[in-house]
Amino acid sequence: MSSSKLCPAVTVSALKYQYGEREALRGIDFEVGRGEIFGVLGPNGGGKTTLFKLLSTLLCPVDGEIRVFGEDLASNPDRVRRQLGVVFQSPALDIRLTVRENLQHQGHIYGLRGRELTSRIQGVLDLVHLTNRMNDLVGSLSGGLQRRTELAKVLLHDPALLILDEPSTGLDPGARRDIWSHLEAQRRLKGTTVLLTTHLMDEAARCDRVAILHEGRLVALGHPDALTSEIGEDAILIVTPDPENLGPRVRKRFGIDVEIRDDRLRITRCRAHEFVAELVEAFPGEIDTITFGRPTLEDVFLHHTGERLE
Amino acid sequence: MYFAIWTLWTRDIVRFYRQRSRVVGALGSPVVFWLLLGSGLGTSFRTGPEDLPLAGGYLEYFYPGTLALIVLFTAIFSTISVIEDRETGFLQGVLVAPVPRSAIVLGKILGGTTLALLQAMVFLLLAPLANIQLTLSVLPTIGLILTILAFALTGLGFSIAWAMDSTQGFHAIMNLLLIPMWILSGAVFPAAGAAGWIKVIMLINPMTYGIAALRTVIPSTTIATGSEPPLVFSVTVLLVFSAVVLVVGTILVRRTGRTK
Repeated sequence: MSSSKLCPAVTVSALKYQYGEREALRGIDFEVGRGEIFGVLGPNGGGKTTLFKLLSTLLCPVDGEIRVFGEDLASNPDRVRRQLGVVFQSPALDIRLTVRENLQHQGHIYGLRGRELTSRIQGVLDLVHLTNRMNDLVGSLSGGLQRRTELAKVLLHDPALLILDEPSTGLDPGARRDIWSHLEAQRRLKGTTVLLTTHLMDEAARCDRVAILHEGRLVALGHPDALTSEIGEDAILIVTPDPENLGPRVRKRFGIDVEIRDDRLRITRCRAHEFVAELVEAFPGEIDTITFGRPTLEDVFLHHTGERLE
Repeated sequence: MYFAIWTLWTRDIVRFYRQRSRVVGALGSPVVFWLLLGSGLGTSFRTGPEDLPLAGGYLEYFYPGTLALIVLFTAIFSTISVIEDRETGFLQGVLVAPVPRSAIVLGKILGGTTLALLQAMVFLLLAPLANIQLTLSVLPTIGLILTILAFALTGLGFSIAWAMDSTQGFHAIMNLLLIPMWILSGAVFPAAGAAGWIKVIMLINPMTYGIAALRTVIPSTTIATGSEPPLVFSVTVLLVFSAVVLVVGTILVRRTGRTK
């Protein structure tokens, strides 16, 4: 028991998965520490969903290994399941039952009952501020409230590891902030480890560490700030009436890479603040707006894969 | 484990009664079939008063078959939802829970069985319309046969649903397998006068034994054709079939996610 205290929340080693001929995961390794909020960032089709299904025990790993708190997922799925709270992209709720009925069923499935269950239901409903909606049919709730119900549901058995598949998808900004503050509170209060998949930069930037998944491989892993400063260069964005014309001229004049994206010129470069002045002087009147900033995870993704995320 | 079974079982019953249209579909359509086909065929094909079994009126002959159809429709309706429920609904959460896979199958089948039984019970109230006087003493036996038949058919529906990746696929199987199974069970016409190959299918069709068992116990002079196998034999066939579909269903759920 004492040794399992020390092992990481999740250990993934040499994990591969294929559907028929199509390789979804081509051998990935990573660890998630206890109490960490860990994000898996990548485009759709990059292997995120497969990884989520494997971690949530919906798929069985046949090549490579997943350990959750030291327990081998392939040989002991039920012991792993006991530790897991899984939030799916489409809520695993029965829309014809009330919030409370959904929670009761969930409790029974995890062997909870009676007074213990009632008090836990009260606890999680308070946590996600849904007590006044507990007798409403889930089908009558908004997407944001449904996601909160789902979160309450998976917290009922006090899981040590929360796994969420694209938790912000389909939610408005307010509901997103909501979910995040619940996740952070859960981590703070209970030390819960959180692993989530996302294709959203701002969501990934809030994680303690991010793994970037591209075509079934991990191309980068680290703290979001560490990943961005690893690239080292600032990003300069130029708004100009005729980017197709200005782009090649900037390229020629300074001998640098210029990319045209969304009708804007984009240049990555060290010491951008000095370069901005040179640019504006070199092309007077042709630049409407020029901005520069630290690189984002978007730039990290581009740097490692040569592709854009969306 | 028993808690998980029980909770899945009751969930199905609660959600059923919150969807009134399903009640109408599963109980209403067979009753309409029974009244229309029974009354229509009963008078159209009658050639003489001594022609058994039609002599007693087709409404009467068709009665056990309608009971079976109600059970079949309820089984189909309660299992077809499994296909979407496990991909985008409630069942996703159950699949990642530390619950034996057999409990998931059993909870679902028991839910469907209960619903089928409740609906069949309602239809039993219409027995007097078919000149059948049900006595209290035969009700437990009828109830038992219906329970086993419902378990077998819900289990079959569950196994088919689990093997499908779309509800369209299930509809195809329903038309190609489940409805023909009912037609060739002695529900609509007796095996006695059927062509050779039809008779063979009817003999190996498990539903035949459900209909036969009902014909044996429903107190009426014209429902039984006289060629039914003994009740014990029919019930045994149904029990074996129930066990098979339960095992198959459990194997299918266990194998989920393990295919490469």
